[in-house]
Amino acid sequence: MKRYKWVSWLIFILIGLSFAIALIPRAPEKAEETTGLQAYAQIPADRVYTNKEDNEQCLKCHAKNHVEYMAEDAEKPYKQKMYTECIIDTHSYYTSNHWNFKCIDCHTDEYASFPHKAELRFEAIAGCMDCHGGDPQYEEFMFDQIDQEYQKSVHFKLQSESFSCWSCHDEHYYKLNARNRKDDIMSAIQYDNDICLSCHANTKKYQLIANKMNPNILEKHDWLPNQPNHFKHVRCIECHAEINDTLIVSHNILPKDKAVKKCAECHSGNSQLMASLYKYQLEEMGAFRLKTSGLMDQPVLIGGQRNTLLKLIGNLALFGAIGAVLIHFAIRLFRKS
Amino acid sequence: MEMKKIYFYPVWLRLWHLVNAIMFLILIFTGFSIQYATASSSWIRFDIAIAIHDIAGIILTINYLVFIFGNQVTENGKYYWLTKDGGWSRLKKQLHFYTFGIFNNQPHPFPLNEHRKFNPLQKLTYILAMYLLLPILIITGLALYFPQIFDYIGLQSLVIADMIHIAIGYFLSIFMVIHIYFCTVGHTMTSNFKSMLNGWHEVHDHPEDHP
Repeated sequence: MKRYKWVSWLIFILIGLSFAIALIPRAPEKAEETTGLQAYAQIPADRVYTNKEDNEQCLKCHAKNHVEYMAEDAEKPYKQKMYTECIIDTHSYYTSNHWNFKCIDCHTDEYASFPHKAELRFEAIAGCMDCHGGDPQYEEFMFDQIDQEYQKSVHFKLQSESFSCWSCHDEHYYKLNARNRKDDIMSAIQYDNDICLSCHANTKKYQLIANKMNPNILEKHDWLPNQPNHFKHVRCIECHAEINDTLIVSHNILPKDKAVKKCAECHSGNSQLMASLYKYQLEEMGAFRLKTSGLMDQPVLIGGQRNTLLKLIGNLALFGAIGAVLIHFAIRLFRKS
Repeated sequence: MEMKKIYFYPVWLRLWHLVNAIMFLILIFTGFSIQYATASSSWIRFDIAIAIHDIAGIILTINYLVFIFGNQVTENGKYYWLTKDGGWSRLKKQLHFYTFGIFNNQPHPFPLNEHRKFNPLQKLTYILAMYLLLPILIITGLALYFPQIFDYIGLQSLVIADMIHIAIGYFLSIFMVIHIYFCTVGHTMTSNFKSMLNGWHEVHDHPEDHP
């Protein structure tokens, strides 16, 4: 008589195991796991560098953590720690957008003499628009529209004196992200979020621009359900930037009171993520999609209309059952009368 | 026709059934609301619908464990044991009754007694619902409630878990519609509903129909 009791115990164990697995604290990220920047640092095989030799004049010091030289009257070599900000990660530089630039394409050639003159540290560095503004060669990147959007943003309105393109896009290491990483959405998200967090989670850098303490990101977002999952699977700009129909990445960062706070803005049939994070997915086959096919070929988005076929079949079956029950009931009543 | 009463539904079972029914209705309603929410409108505000769905799901899970445990330690579990004797022909007989016999006031082919609480079709659907579909619904629901689990088993599994959860949600919603409807096919339209309140099932016996 007790032959089926094992089924019940199996269910007990399965549900218990589900709870146990779900409640296991997450292991910390593996140390060897690459950051968004590093993961995207592969050098194309056909790339030919023509300025590495010239740059070596600078990088022989600026790629090291110390500088060493012999002054004319000195008895021994002078050795000094290189300021962190002046150290260039050569691999990241040579895999960046400006991989074949000479240092003196942007910096004055007066740096050729050493020790460098003190006033050179105040040199004006060109911004994106100085080279790319109105340039038909780079039209596809829509620099002019990006600049217009940026000028509407809270970054420009509040901090135009100290804010520039380089505040977000590191002048030495920046590279195309969303456009080039259509099949690797997770890295694209991490790369983009690293840009925001480089200031908003770094008091020293934040205070170079805003003369106040940076808000604690985790505390400010403690209302967000499953906070780690949100931080990992969407970009900051999904909620903090205005949707833009033409730009791939919106540059109009909104004031905090205009940030998205309603869950259904994203978790719904007309999710705004379709116009931002998943924009590529709609425009190009395979882009920003999970590497799946058929029924599963949908973005991971709870509450969205991500599987209309399943819901159509489900609704037909459910309402079909209700209809069948009503017909059955009607026949019963009819036969009885 | 002889009428007798069998105490099929002890208090714990009626309470379990009541909680299960209420939670299931809440889960169906909030589930639909979540599925069809838009940024500008929803039946219930999205975050509230999620919160209610989560709470109802947890209560349903605990309640389900009560059901499983109750069936382990009381006699109620024996009614769910499958028997091999002429399973398919008995199912056909019951199906024929529901599709034809019932309209001609034929007697129930498998009247209930102390040893048989469910007819063959009822038993099969209850076993599928309670011992197969509901556990899967609960496990996928738990996985969606603790989405960090998908960091271990892959993000694509979330899509699969979500689809299974929705599909079984539909299956069990259909089960519920039919289940409620077939409660009206007792001796009177309301006799089965009364049984679920007072615990006593009325049996209007046809001795010749006993197996």
